[in-house]
Amino acid sequence: MWKSIDWLTIFIYLVLLALGWMSVCGACYDFDQTAGILDFSTRSGMQIVWIDTSLLLAFLILMTDDRIFESLSYIIYIGFLALLFVTPFIAHDIKGSLSWIKIGSFSVQPAEFAKFGVALCLAKVMSTYGFDVRKLKDFIICAILIAVPMGLIVMQKETGSALVYSAFFLMLYREGMPGCLLFTAISAVAYFVIGIRYAEVPLWGMEQMSLGHALVMLLIQVFTTGLIKVYGGEKKNCWSRVLLFSLLVDACAILFAKYIHPCNAVWAMVAACGFTTVYLLYLSLRDRALPYLLIALFTLGSMGFFYSADFVLNKVMEPHQQTRIRVLLGLEDDPRGAGYNVIQAKIAIGSGGLEGKGFLNGTQTKLKYVPEQDTDFIFCTVGEEEGFIGCAVVLLLFLSLILRLLHLAERQPYTYGRVYGYCVLSIFLFHVFINVGMVLGLTPVIGIPLPFFSYGGSSLWGFTILLFVFLRIDAGRNRFQR
Amino acid sequence: MDGNYELEKRKYVIGGAATVIIIVYLLRLFTLQLLSEDFKISADSNAFLKRIQYPARGSISDRNGKLLVYNQPAYDVMVIMNEQVGVDTLDLCESLDITRDWYEQRMTEIKDVKRNPGYSNYTQQLFMSQLSTEEFSRFQEKLFRFPGFYIQKRSIRQYNYPYAAHLLGDVGEVGPEDIENAPDHYYRSGDYIGKLGVERSYEALLRGEKGMEILLRDARGRIKGRYQKGKFDEAPIPGRNLTMSIDLDLQALGERLMKGKLGSIVAIEPSTGEVLCMVSSPTYDPRLMVGRQRGKSQKMLAQDARKPLLNRAIMGQYPPGSTFKTSQALTFLQEGIITPSTSFPCSRGFHYRGLTVGCHGHGSPLPLVPSIATSCNGYFCWGLYYMFGNRKKYPSVQDAMTTWKDYMVSMGFGYKLGIDLPGEKRGMIPNAPYYDKAYRNDWSGLTVISISIGQGEVNLTPLQIANLGATIANRGWYIIPHVVKKVQGMPIDTLYTKKHYTKVDRKYYETVVAGMRQAVLGGTCRLANTSMYEVCGKTGTAQNPHGQDHSVFMGFAPRENPKIAICIYVENGGWGATYGVPIGALMMEQYINGKLSEASEARATHFENKHLYTPVEYSLNSPSEKDEKQQDQ
Repeated sequence: MWKSIDWLTIFIYLVLLALGWMSVCGACYDFDQTAGILDFSTRSGMQIVWIDTSLLLAFLILMTDDRIFESLSYIIYIGFLALLFVTPFIAHDIKGSLSWIKIGSFSVQPAEFAKFGVALCLAKVMSTYGFDVRKLKDFIICAILIAVPMGLIVMQKETGSALVYSAFFLMLYREGMPGCLLFTAISAVAYFVIGIRYAEVPLWGMEQMSLGHALVMLLIQVFTTGLIKVYGGEKKNCWSRVLLFSLLVDACAILFAKYIHPCNAVWAMVAACGFTTVYLLYLSLRDRALPYLLIALFTLGSMGFFYSADFVLNKVMEPHQQTRIRVLLGLEDDPRGAGYNVIQAKIAIGSGGLEGKGFLNGTQTKLKYVPEQDTDFIFCTVGEEEGFIGCAVVLLLFLSLILRLLHLAERQPYTYGRVYGYCVLSIFLFHVFINVGMVLGLTPVIGIPLPFFSYGGSSLWGFTILLFVFLRIDAGRNRFQR
Repeated sequence: MDGNYELEKRKYVIGGAATVIIIVYLLRLFTLQLLSEDFKISADSNAFLKRIQYPARGSISDRNGKLLVYNQPAYDVMVIMNEQVGVDTLDLCESLDITRDWYEQRMTEIKDVKRNPGYSNYTQQLFMSQLSTEEFSRFQEKLFRFPGFYIQKRSIRQYNYPYAAHLLGDVGEVGPEDIENAPDHYYRSGDYIGKLGVERSYEALLRGEKGMEILLRDARGRIKGRYQKGKFDEAPIPGRNLTMSIDLDLQALGERLMKGKLGSIVAIEPSTGEVLCMVSSPTYDPRLMVGRQRGKSQKMLAQDARKPLLNRAIMGQYPPGSTFKTSQALTFLQEGIITPSTSFPCSRGFHYRGLTVGCHGHGSPLPLVPSIATSCNGYFCWGLYYMFGNRKKYPSVQDAMTTWKDYMVSMGFGYKLGIDLPGEKRGMIPNAPYYDKAYRNDWSGLTVISISIGQGEVNLTPLQIANLGATIANRGWYIIPHVVKKVQGMPIDTLYTKKHYTKVDRKYYETVVAGMRQAVLGGTCRLANTSMYEVCGKTGTAQNPHGQDHSVFMGFAPRENPKIAICIYVENGGWGATYGVPIGALMMEQYINGKLSEASEARATHFENKHLYTPVEYSLNSPSEKDEKQQDQ
């Protein structure tokens, strides 16, 4: 067994753990602190405990029989669902979150472990004979398996943790979920985030035009032509005509508004999209081609979705709900308000320069300018103390881990291992994408931890279990071939 | 394998997406961390509280070591907003002698981030500045009742004596132009800077260099210790102490004698150029310019019609009158226009081609020495007439004028002497182009004849007249007059040790000295005569088109190895002998003997009380103390 274990992954894991511990030290250290960084009264000392126990946990997992996980998949899943269900009732309130259960003097967050259960269950379900995600019924089963724990976590007021479960759709995509579904979902998120994020920013200094709206229209035009190129069949050559037409209309309208008569040129862009839709409908009728109809629907749907979302946000929602969404998108720019975290995080990272300020020398993080600097915003410490070099090393380590997991997943002989492997890598990818992105001010501020870096036992144990169960499954891949 | 090959290709999509995400993040990191310094600056301004440590300003003493200006502790009341809960406001206002309204207004001001950009709930904010020691001790006793209120010590200038306000100057808060113009951006709003006198001219030496303590400040504004244990802190460098060349007793006597008169006294030690006293009247008590009352005092003095803020000794530009004749004698002798034995006629004045410059009755004709002694106008008019009319020596009147001007400039006239005080004026010595313009090239020695007797276009500052006395006392050279004798720990500027020679030979000076001695023994300055030492002097009665003549005296003593050269200028004082000579005599006696004889003391009292106008004691009336406090804040 020890021979077939993927030592490369374990090596990356250990390096990340070590770097993570250094960051926790940097984030928790107080300039006037007297206790050493190994003292158990400090967070850096406690993190050592979590790391040690994680290593023990990893060892224990590797010592078990991998088949045990497969056979216990449903039980584990149902157990976690039950746990998630009762959590809000027995949890104690931490900053409005009801996701922490107190055991003795420690608090545990079941949502961090439940991912493991969902991953096992999905792997098990999808490896049953004849199961195919491309079939609607089977897809719905998967969606329900994902949606139920998500809903339970939303009830714990942990929206961020719940969103992590959407990462499983990446695995579903690999297993055959239509790409256009994933594409549509991603487009919707992109429209929403970009449209709202830049809604108040004037385009090219023109107050009457919103940069966000114009960007979304441009995205729709680009996506539409992209779809024509990919799915357009024989007639797909018209994609360049459509793109040229749209861009021409956009440019003319914007120039007109800028230099001739101030008006809202976004409406011209909308009109261009509309005209494209009509043209596509005409093509689909003329050639009896379904793809054109679907593309036309996509274009129309995109516009419809964006404007209704905009309408709901601005006209239907209560002000405090609007604020919450704006905060989520990092929109509030008041330095002491919700945008404060993002600004201070950028300052922390930006001030690190090439080589950083050195271990325990960061001022932004140590003087508490960055909130949550040892959990959600821990990447700031890396940026400030280790600089660009440190950040690049950490990001490249994560990339190698994900690509390695991709390779391992693909080499699994059975669907079970592959599905589970994709679940693990999707979750890691999602966490890194959102966490680092929010610290860099690129993605909405969603409070989820950075694997192996953020302080806390629950998340560290959760990620360790996820990873090592996969390594154990991978180690057993050759059992029947020999 | 149950999955088909098409699906397996999706691993490239997923792997590619992950790679793209990481690349985008790396690019973002690159722009954040390597392309912009702004974040570094923001982080530093977040975390580092650079607390300025103020050096002690140098003290100032007189030439005999009497301490004139020193630092006195003053007390600022500070407040930390989030600690000052439950304070009995009424009690506080009573203890600080302020009104409730003032308290409310001040608190709003402190919290106004626009007016007070460094505001934080957690740090000390200035509530009230510069409590006196008595106010402080009263407040100190009750301080325990006002949580969140603290006392911060700082220092203000204090003066031991009510004299020499113009020389010492004062310090005040820096204005925007001071901040802007300082070469090294040294000053920040709220700092103090020398405003007048040596406080201004020696500002850079007196103030020292500020130090800097770099403290770490957390997000709530609390201090979390020193950055790198103080490795980058800079200790303040204390200011240097100044020793002035002023003799305080002489200064005090001068101010006493000038009471009720407008004008100036300047005394110089000829051998060193050190200014022994510099009186400008009216003057004021420098203590008026201290602390919270400064603004109000400043306003009061600036509005006074007699301009007490003006330092007449270096800013007043007056016709020197007959004292100027000495310089004419020297010029004519050196140019060979006259010899000591040359005589000119004077029948109650200079009469030529219908032009008359009047003179008083004396024997005629007279050679040079008695002409100086009796201050004969005719003699010097003839001298200038012959000089400017000498076409053998000077091709044109312009050339003669230029030669004459060069002599005057070599004696320190027409340009700033360069004294170490701010605001010196240059006086006026006309030159050929000036007259060409004024008279359209049609002029001669006769046209400008009055410059030979120190009238007309000629204007000097009392300092320049005193320097003329010092030059004659030295027989031909002077050192630029200066009021600071010593700067602690460094040599004095070589500017103030270098001898400047005039264009006139020593031997001619001896003739003029003889004339000035004659004036004291039997001429216009007889009142200055004393058996204790040989006084040389020259009076001046400067005609003043706006009123009574100005009374001027220039002299030095003793004749050999002179210790003091002096100029007295009393505006509208009449004859030189009326005020100038007796005051000059008293001043010289005081300095040479160190005290006045009984008879002289009586005379001093007489002159102290002999007023040309009703003297004003400048002081602030106290009833409006309260609203003044409010204004000053």
